[in-house]
Amino acid sequence: MQQAVLAGFVMAGLAPLLHRWLGVRTAPMMALLPASLVLWLLWQWPLIAAGETLLLAWPWVPALEVSLTFFLDGLAWLFALLICAIGALVLVYSGDYLRDDPDQPRFLVLLVAFMMAMLGLVLADNLVTLFIFWELTSLTSYLLIGFHHEDPAARRAALQSLMVTAGGGLALLAGLVMLAQAGGSWSLTELAGRGEAVQAHALHGPLLVCVLLGAFTKSAQFPFHFWLPNAMVAPTPVSAYLHSATMVKAGIYLLARLHPVLGSSDAWVVTLSLVGALTMALGACLAIRQTHLKIMLAYSTVMALGAMTLLLGIGSRAALAAFVVFLVAHALYKGAMFLVAGILDQATGTRDLTGMGGLRHRMPWTALVAGLAALSLAGLPPLLGYIGKEALFSAVLEADHLRGAILALAFLAALLTLAVAALMVLRPFFGAVRETPRPPREGSPAMLAGPALLAGLSLWLGLAPHGLEGLVTATVQGLGVREAAVHLTLWHGLTLPLGLSLASLLLGALVVRHWEGLRTWSARLEPFMTLGPEGGYWAVMRGWLRLAEAQTRWLQNGHLRSYLVMTLLVLLGLVGHALFVRNGALAAPGPSARMHEAVVAALMVAGAMTACLMRSRLAAVAALGAMGFSIALTFVLFSAPDLAITQLLVETMTVVLLALVLFRLPRFAILSTPLQRLRDLVVASLVGGLISLLMLSVLGGEQLPRISEYMIANGQPLGHGHNLVNVILVDFRALDTLGEVIVLGLAATGVFAMLGLRPEGPASRRDARAEEDDHG
Amino acid sequence: MEPVLAVTIGILFAAAIYMMLRRSIVKLVIGLMLLSNAANLLIFVTAGLTRDAPPLVPQGMSVPAGAVADPLPQALVLTAIVISFGVLSFAVVLVHRAWEVVRTDDLDHLKETDT
Repeated sequence: MQQAVLAGFVMAGLAPLLHRWLGVRTAPMMALLPASLVLWLLWQWPLIAAGETLLLAWPWVPALEVSLTFFLDGLAWLFALLICAIGALVLVYSGDYLRDDPDQPRFLVLLVAFMMAMLGLVLADNLVTLFIFWELTSLTSYLLIGFHHEDPAARRAALQSLMVTAGGGLALLAGLVMLAQAGGSWSLTELAGRGEAVQAHALHGPLLVCVLLGAFTKSAQFPFHFWLPNAMVAPTPVSAYLHSATMVKAGIYLLARLHPVLGSSDAWVVTLSLVGALTMALGACLAIRQTHLKIMLAYSTVMALGAMTLLLGIGSRAALAAFVVFLVAHALYKGAMFLVAGILDQATGTRDLTGMGGLRHRMPWTALVAGLAALSLAGLPPLLGYIGKEALFSAVLEADHLRGAILALAFLAALLTLAVAALMVLRPFFGAVRETPRPPREGSPAMLAGPALLAGLSLWLGLAPHGLEGLVTATVQGLGVREAAVHLTLWHGLTLPLGLSLASLLLGALVVRHWEGLRTWSARLEPFMTLGPEGGYWAVMRGWLRLAEAQTRWLQNGHLRSYLVMTLLVLLGLVGHALFVRNGALAAPGPSARMHEAVVAALMVAGAMTACLMRSRLAAVAALGAMGFSIALTFVLFSAPDLAITQLLVETMTVVLLALVLFRLPRFAILSTPLQRLRDLVVASLVGGLISLLMLSVLGGEQLPRISEYMIANGQPLGHGHNLVNVILVDFRALDTLGEVIVLGLAATGVFAMLGLRPEGPASRRDARAEEDDHG
Repeated sequence: MEPVLAVTIGILFAAAIYMMLRRSIVKLVIGLMLLSNAANLLIFVTAGLTRDAPPLVPQGMSVPAGAVADPLPQALVLTAIVISFGVLSFAVVLVHRAWEVVRTDDLDHLKETDT
C-alpha cells in the first residue's frame, strides 16, 4: 500500500511526460492507478467486514518514533475507497473537461499528488506521518484552487484557503504533539485504547482546542466556513473531488479517527454538537441566497460538513451509524452534482441559475442524473440521502446535550437544503427555455459516466440499504463501538423523524415558491456580511500587512544611529539582566593603583573626552594620539612590551593618516539638537557603565585554568623562541596570523582600489605604503 | 588597579558610542577608533594585570623564571590592534571617497541609495 502511494507520487511527477506520449488519453490511463487500488480495497473487504485491522508496518525514522506504517480498519477503508473510486471517476472526467487546456499536464500532476496525499492521510498510523500528509493536502489543494493563476480572484482564494487550512495545520501540529505526550504514543492504533488516560491528562484541554482548530479549519466549520465557497474558482473537477471525498473530509476524518480517544468528554460533545449544528444551519441559509450553481453547492457542502460534525459530537451508536450513511450519501450526490455543474457550465457557458431554463429537452441524460443526485441531496425517498437524513433526525432526537437547539437548527438546515436541491434542478432543466451564452449540447459519455455512476449508486443503495449495513457496522467498529449491528431501511413506520421530513418537505416547497422574494429580502442584509468571519479574515490580513509595514519603517528606517541605539539597548537589556540575575562578586581591589598608573589612566580619559568635545579637527586627532600613547604606556607598565611597540607604531601611522585625510573633509558641524545629544549621552553612559560592571564582574569571578600554561611551558622547547608572544603568533596560532595577514591584504587592496579611482590623489601612495609597512 | 582601569575603559566605551551616534561621518570614524582602542584594552585588562614580568624566556632556559604575564591575551590583542588599524584605514579612505562623490558628511543624507 505504501508502495502504491509512493508510486502515485512518482506517477504524478511523470504526468507531463506521459501527456507528451499519450495526449488526451493520459487522464484515463492515470485513472488506472486509483481504479486498481479500488480493486485491492474490495479484495480486502472480507477482512474488514470481519472487524479485523490490517497493519502494514514500515519503519521510517525509528529513532524519532516516526513510521510510515499504514493501517486499514473500517473507517480508513471507507475513506480510502471513496478517495480512490471518486478519484478515478474525476480523472476520467477531467481528461475530457480540460481537453483543450494546454495546462492539463500540470493539472494531472497536482490532482494525482493530492489524491495520494489524501490517501496517505487516511491510512497513516503515525501522528507525524498523518500531519505530513495533512499539510501536503493543504499545499496541493492551494495549487489546485489557484490553478488558473492568471486570475487574481483565483490567487486570492487559493491564498485564503492556504492561510486558513495551514494556520489550522499549525494548531493541529501542536495538538498532535500534546496528544502524543498525553497518550504516551505516536501511534493512532495504540492511542485508541488510551482515551481515559488522555482525558485525565493535564494537557487534555489545550490539546483538544488545538486539534479541533485544525479539524474545523480544514472542514470549513463555522467560523472558518468562508474559504470553501471562495475556493470555487478552481476547475470544476477539483471542486467535485475536494468537496465530495477529500480535502474538506480530512477534518471530518480526523474527528472520526480521534473519536475513540477524545470523544467521551463533555467539552468534545458540546463543542462538536454546537459548532456542527451552527455550521449546518448557516451553510443552508447562505446557500439559498446564492444563484451561482457552484457556490450554492459549496454552501450545501458546508451544511453537510456541519451535519457530520454534529453527528460525531452526539457520538451515540445511532449517531455514528448515521454519520457513516450521511458520509457515503454525501460523497455520492455531491460528486455527481458538481460534475453535472461542470457539464452545465461547459454546455451553456454560464453557472448562474437565473440564466438557465428548459435544458431538459437538450440535455435529457444530464437532467436525469442531476434529478437523481438532487433528490438524494434533498433527502427524499427512495434515495440514500433520505436514509441519511432520517438517521440524522433520529440521532438528534436522542442527543444528550442541547437537544432542542440542535434539532431546530438541523430542521432549518434540512428544509433549506431541500429547497436548494429543488432549485438546482427546477431552474436549469425545467421552465421556459432561456438563451444561454453557448447553445447547449449533451455532455460527452466520458463526462456523464462519472456522475451517472454516482447518482445510480445513490438510488441503488437507497432501494437496497442493507447492502450498506456491513460497511456501516465495520466503520462504526473502527470508531470504537464494538457491539454494533446496524439496520438500515427506507421505512421506519410512522415516527417523529418521518414527521419532520414531511414538515421540511412542505416548508421547503414554500421556500422554492417564494425564492425570488427571499433573495431580494436577504440582499438587504448584504452590508452586514462584511461583519462576518470573512470580514475578520481580511481585517487580520490587512492588519498583518500594516504591522509589517510599521515595524519595517520603525526598525529599518535607514538611520545608522537608530540601528546602533537599538542594538545597544538590546545588549544593555540582555547583559544587564544576566549580570543582575547572576549577582556575583565584583573584583577584589587587588594590587592597588600606583600614582603614575593612575595618571596614565587619567590621561586616557582626558584624551577621549577631548577628542569628543573639540570643535577643531586637528585638536581631536591630537587628543586621540595622546590617548593612544597612554594606552601604549599602560602596556609598558603591565608587562606587555610587544603590545606597546605595536600600539606606538600603529598610533603614529593613524595620526598621520587622519591628519592627511581629515583635512580634505569638511569641518565638524553641529548637526544635532541638545535633546538628541542628551539622549545619546544617556545611552552611551549606560553602555559604558555596563561594560565597567561587566569587567569587574568578570575579574571577580572564578579564574579558570589558563590555556597559556601549555604555551608558556612549551614555547621555548617546541617553538624555539624566547619571546612567548611571538611564538604564539607565528607558531601556536599561526593560522590566526595568516588570517590577519589576509584581512590586511584585503583592506590594502580596497584602499588602493578606491584611491586608484582618482590616481592623482597624494594621499593614495602614502595610504598604500602605510598598509604595506604594517605587515611587518 | 583593575577597578580603576575598568572604570577608565567604561568611559572610553561611552565616548566611543557617543561619537558613533553623531550625524557627522567624520565623528563616526573617530568613534570607531575609540571603540577599537577600548576593546583592545578591555581584553588586555580582563585577563589580569601583572607588573614587571613580561612573558619572556631568559637565554639558556626553557621556561620563564617565576610567574610571568599571560602571553595569550597579549598575542590576541596584538592581532586586534593591527586589524583595527586595517579596518580604520579602510574606513577613512571610504569616508573620503564618499565625500568626494556625494559632497556631504551628514549620515542622514546618505540613507537613501540615490543621492
